[in-house]
Amino acid sequence: MAAYMIFVARRFGQLLLVVFLGISATFFISHMTPVDPVAESITAITNFGKSDPEAIDLMRKTLTELYGLQGNLFEQYVTFWSRLIRGDFGPSLSAFPTPVSQIIFRALPWTVGLMISATLISFLLGNTLGALAGYYRKSRILKILSLGLIGLQPIPYYVLAFILLILFGFVWPVLPITGGYEMNADLTLSFTLVLDIVRHSILPAMALVLVGAGSWLTGMRALTSNIVTEDYVTFAELGGVGSTRILRSYVVRNAIVPQLTGLAMSLGAIFNGTVITEIVFGYPGIGTLLINAVHAGDYSLVLGLASLSIIGVAIAVFLIDILSPLLDPRIKAE
Amino acid sequence: MFTIIRDLIRYNIEFAIGLAILLLLIGAVILSFFSPYPAADIYVVPPDMPPDAEFWFGTTSRGQDNFWQLVIALRNTFAFGLAVAFLSRILSLVVGLTAGYAGGRVDRVLMAINDSIMVIPHFPILVLFYFVLKDEMNWLMLVLILSALGWSYDARLIRSIAMSLRTRPFTTQSVYSGMSMRKILVEEHLPYVMPIVFATTMNNMIWSIGMEITLSVLGFTDVDTPTMGQIIYWANSHSALISGIWWWVAAPVVAIIVLFIGLFLLSMSMNEYIDPRSRLNRMGS
Repeated sequence: MAAYMIFVARRFGQLLLVVFLGISATFFISHMTPVDPVAESITAITNFGKSDPEAIDLMRKTLTELYGLQGNLFEQYVTFWSRLIRGDFGPSLSAFPTPVSQIIFRALPWTVGLMISATLISFLLGNTLGALAGYYRKSRILKILSLGLIGLQPIPYYVLAFILLILFGFVWPVLPITGGYEMNADLTLSFTLVLDIVRHSILPAMALVLVGAGSWLTGMRALTSNIVTEDYVTFAELGGVGSTRILRSYVVRNAIVPQLTGLAMSLGAIFNGTVITEIVFGYPGIGTLLINAVHAGDYSLVLGLASLSIIGVAIAVFLIDILSPLLDPRIKAE
Repeated sequence: MFTIIRDLIRYNIEFAIGLAILLLLIGAVILSFFSPYPAADIYVVPPDMPPDAEFWFGTTSRGQDNFWQLVIALRNTFAFGLAVAFLSRILSLVVGLTAGYAGGRVDRVLMAINDSIMVIPHFPILVLFYFVLKDEMNWLMLVLILSALGWSYDARLIRSIAMSLRTRPFTTQSVYSGMSMRKILVEEHLPYVMPIVFATTMNNMIWSIGMEITLSVLGFTDVDTPTMGQIIYWANSHSALISGIWWWVAAPVVAIIVLFIGLFLLSMSMNEYIDPRSRLNRMGS
């Protein structure tokens, strides 16, 4: 147990480092801009009519303060951190005066829901098929299924989502291709609403599963085919243990731990995929919000989204990392 | 070198297919230098013509020949992927070899940074870059940014090999004969990791080209340099699918899929070649 605590402490240190480096990167990227965000915003606001110079001066001062751009670079850096810790990203410019954090937290459940369900499905599907394909190496059906999923794996999320959009939007229009629920839907919790939301999430989730499952399959197949040659598996086979039980308790149990480490490592990429897929399908999550914020020139919203993505992914990676050793049958013995 | 390629073609069908696809695409890249129209010119041919004998892949609503646009885009996309792969390979070699050889505190610091870059989601960072740079976001800039983000996974792979190389007798002998660390890494250890570097090049290209396509489809790059994603960007902004000009979208999408499957097959077969266990498996069966 003591060894495990040291492990958790070390992982926590890594979490802090990721957040520190990521947020610092966000800060410095946002400050290397040749365009002045304050001037940009003022141009955007005054585009529609004339304003008197005094009002513009006042606006400049307020915006500089809102964006945390007063003082030298170091002072701005400190302001950035202190705001971040309080969860205050300032007000959104495109939806003034709603705070950025409120807008983000409205979109967050969509992204988290889509990401968790798609990741779970692709992880389970890929690992199950991979374990079966590694164990029953002669099976034709498994070979064809594996080939299909592995072939889809290198295709970028955007392109696959786009193909699904064409197939199910133009060629065979059976599924809704945009949004998270029907327009003008009654948003009180009811069976029809849940069904509606599920229907709208099928295509985005399908894109994520089709791209994601292949890599779990390849990894699990390789791990399984190594483990089945181990002596203890042969011994179990000779001892008359059923093949389902061998596969489940002896093979998969040992192979799943490196796969979970793999999940933690690729979580950033999965998050990217989710965000990109959302953009294709206009799904009301972080991705669509990010693109709209860029098009609207909403400085504080873009910055808030980038920072929050880094923190969110880092925490999720930390949780998977510290939980996965608990599944390892060898750890329990200690 | 040539015997390796010959053996791979003979025993590894994936490698043969991947190589064939890549050669075909390289042929298209060479062809692009003979394009009758400059890439950026519009309204040089009648717009919206479906594919026929004269215009193999049809023409776009901007009056461009889709075929020539596509081969030029392919050239740019390849150049982009190779540039990112080259720069990020150098980074991952420096970090991986140093961390693996030096060990101890140097290794821990380098790997902590390495793992952080691996975990941070790249897409929001890239969008942020575009957001602050706007028109300054040109090709070279994107190459540099993606190179700075894309080395970490491979540095870990290289480090794991370098760690085992350090314990080999020849390394000890080099140290005792007074070779400097830089010399040991470059002259002694580098040749051992080169196969991994080649195999990861393909994976890195899949990643960087995928990112470039995504960003340019969204219009977040320099939209005047034709790339695969930029063709889809223009097709989308002209609502090509709704107005029935399907060839404008289909051509780049099919080309992207062929390119990625080709690269992926090469990377998969090279990885298998490097791992002697799976190579024996294949030859035995």
